[in-house]
Amino acid sequence: MFRLEAVLYKNILSIELLTLPGNKVTCIVGESGSGKTTLLRLLNKMISPDSGEIYYQNIPLSIIPAIELRRKVVMLQQFPVIFPGSVGDNLLVGLKFAEKPAVSSEKLSEILSFVHLRKDLNSPAEKLSGGEKQRLALGRVLLLEPEVMLLDEPSAGLDEETEQLVVNSLVAYTKQNQKTLLMVTHAKQVARDYAEQIIEINNGKIVSQQEVHSHAGGD
Amino acid sequence: MQEVIKLQLWQLISAYLFILLLLGIVKIRKIPREKEIALATFRMTIQLVFTGYLLVYLFANSHPLLTAAATAIMLAFAINNIIKRIKTPLSPKLKKVIALSMTAGTLASLLYFLFVVVALSPWYEPRYFIPIAGMIIGNSMTGITLGVSRLAEGIHNQKEMVEGALILGATPKMAAKPLVDCAFDAAIIPTINAMVGMGIVFLPGMMTGQILAGVSPLTAIEYQIAIMLGIVGSVALTVIIFMELGYKTFFNKEQQLEI
Repeated sequence: MFRLEAVLYKNILSIELLTLPGNKVTCIVGESGSGKTTLLRLLNKMISPDSGEIYYQNIPLSIIPAIELRRKVVMLQQFPVIFPGSVGDNLLVGLKFAEKPAVSSEKLSEILSFVHLRKDLNSPAEKLSGGEKQRLALGRVLLLEPEVMLLDEPSAGLDEETEQLVVNSLVAYTKQNQKTLLMVTHAKQVARDYAEQIIEINNGKIVSQQEVHSHAGGD
Repeated sequence: MQEVIKLQLWQLISAYLFILLLLGIVKIRKIPREKEIALATFRMTIQLVFTGYLLVYLFANSHPLLTAAATAIMLAFAINNIIKRIKTPLSPKLKKVIALSMTAGTLASLLYFLFVVVALSPWYEPRYFIPIAGMIIGNSMTGITLGVSRLAEGIHNQKEMVEGALILGATPKMAAKPLVDCAFDAAIIPTINAMVGMGIVFLPGMMTGQILAGVSPLTAIEYQIAIMLGIVGSVALTVIIFMELGYKTFFNKEQQLEI
């Protein structure tokens, strides 16, 4: 799905070669400040490498228009932006930005329950807690039905139980719909439980990339 | 027409009493602004005396090149003033956009006003051209200064919101829209308010001047209405050109926010 060749970004990230498979759940782990978020931002062209090339489906990112790419490869920030307005407005704003048709309120409510957010569509989004905002923003990303989801610590603000529920639904959704999920996480347990591939970054360099074949645990 | 009361030198000097009064008050209240007040008064006096003589010369030697040069100088000063007055750092590209929108917006409005509304003949008649150019350029300068600072501050302060929109696939235009709208408001509202208060809260300078010079108030208001409309048009046009081009300078060709 993605291939990075000799990618250099400031003195934050330096990747010789990295291939990220499609239709899989990949977790990116590493200390904070190791370059995980930078890697995600490079993949949807929120930033561009100083040198090297990144390929998406074998096409160099440098020739894919940024907006077109960002509508297929959607990133969820660790502290997502909540726009003025209601919960419903915040779900719809993603579709508006991506110039996709609006959806019915039923569909919006469905998404809310999918991300385990029990809030009324009309309630003001500003009043939500950090974890609730994160789930709202996750719902907004899911509504866009992207080919690739780049999630930066999507469960950081959640308690263990909600984290389990949300990540479970996410992984199931990815599998069912043949999507690609790249998830930065600090929770080793989440990576072990759900990832098909785990990439570890340290100090801006890939230190390991391993396939995980079984999720039975104990490996 | 009645004769204008010509101020004698001592009469003019007696008006400086207002400044002495002000200086006295700030001194007593220990507001450290004496220097600024004195300097501002001094500058105002020198600049106006200079302008007075310059205008006398221009009126006496009416020539298209002189009128054009005077307008160009006013415009250059206005552009320089806008750039100097804005606290947020401005990129060279944004400075170019400021210069371009000021030049295009004010000249288009000025030429329309002089040739269609006033039907000036000859076209370079400095007695009309220069004061009207001054009013149009000056008001546009104030409007665009407000617009530029609101836009630049908005993008700096709300960087996350702009990036949050880009990350969801928004074009820079969509991402910057709330900030552009807000900046447009800030730029245009003082001019709209000036129209609302006009004639009741204050008598505008040009109209007052004409009335003092003995022109009938009815002629004076005709000019005032026309110039006010011209000013609104010029402020709006200048600010619209600026907004259309200005927000783009904050993004690079990869549609990334660059500040």
